[in-house]
Amino acid sequence: MKCKTCGEKAAINMRQHKLALCKEHYLSWIPAQAQRFIAKYKMFSPEDKILVAISGGKDSLALWDILIKLGYQADGLYIGLGIDGGFGYSDKSLHFCQRFADRRGLKMIVVDVAETYGSSIPELNSKTPRGKDKPCAVCGTSKRNLMNRVAREGNYDVLATGHNLDDEAAVLFGNTLNWLDNYLLRQGPVLEAEHSGLVRKVKPLFRFYEREMAAYALLKGIDYIYDECPHSEGAKTIYYKEILNQLESNRPGTKLIFYLNFLKAKERGVFAEPEIRKEEMKACESCGQPTMAPHKCAFCRLVENT
Amino acid sequence: MPAKLILRKEIFEVKSGMTVRSALEKLEILPESVLATRQGELMTDDELIEHGDEIKLISVISGG
Repeated sequence: MKCKTCGEKAAINMRQHKLALCKEHYLSWIPAQAQRFIAKYKMFSPEDKILVAISGGKDSLALWDILIKLGYQADGLYIGLGIDGGFGYSDKSLHFCQRFADRRGLKMIVVDVAETYGSSIPELNSKTPRGKDKPCAVCGTSKRNLMNRVAREGNYDVLATGHNLDDEAAVLFGNTLNWLDNYLLRQGPVLEAEHSGLVRKVKPLFRFYEREMAAYALLKGIDYIYDECPHSEGAKTIYYKEILNQLESNRPGTKLIFYLNFLKAKERGVFAEPEIRKEEMKACESCGQPTMAPHKCAFCRLVENT
Repeated sequence: MPAKLILRKEIFEVKSGMTVRSALEKLEILPESVLATRQGELMTDDELIEHGDEIKLISVISGG
């Protein structure tokens, strides 16, 4: 297969776009496309200060790389979760992030959950009935709180995450299977700050397939943690991704169309806001971040109860 | 000599002369879920597998 741009041997073929590219043209195509989506969805401008949530995985490090290449002011935020899984998962993740930042001279903020709050994510989980055997719910609550807190305290204009199309389509698939109307309403590539205490969130990679981001990391020489979080084994998201990839294999473009047509349906008002206006968010009495709870937010209650 | 496809700790043997895509389909591995590399270079789905090839498959699915 030949590169559509130069005719040299292609490194990757994107069947959904009917587009094959060589290494050189692929590495320039991805940032150019990312810039197109950043502008089209009005994610941020060069004047904005961006905080990139990094995990050490291919997507978040590729996102940071792309934003720097495009000339944006982007600092990294790594949250140390204290997950071991028998192979030092969190320590390894930090190592990949630190090396990425050091080699490029980038600013990286590290927040260690255990150092800051006295317990790691698995420890917090073991002390609460909420998570049972898997700490994913506790982890999600904690990360959302910490990302928002660091972004606010550092006066960042926007928080960027490395969610790709497969991530978004899998979440959409799950939300649709269960008709979770509230989640469907809130899903999208740009999450506006609905409260003065919330930072705007964007997903600049949301139109790239997961396979494309892995190819970008590989071709760009970005070292990332290949091991999965030990708690992700058997996760529904991975199951949904496999189902969507089966559809994609027979009909290239299926998962992209599924997600993009969902966004168009939202624009047409298919998912209307409920008539009863949702309760106003209040500031958490402990950390000051917005919450629907009457006194303290879920994260502060979690930390205090454990 | 057959060729080897390696995915994490699993090693599969396939005949040379097949394309990457047909080898993956024969092994019931979704082509969308992996990247195939030969000597560190990415391979497209239509590339032919040659005698003695050692092809490393990189899983691209992550998340939980």
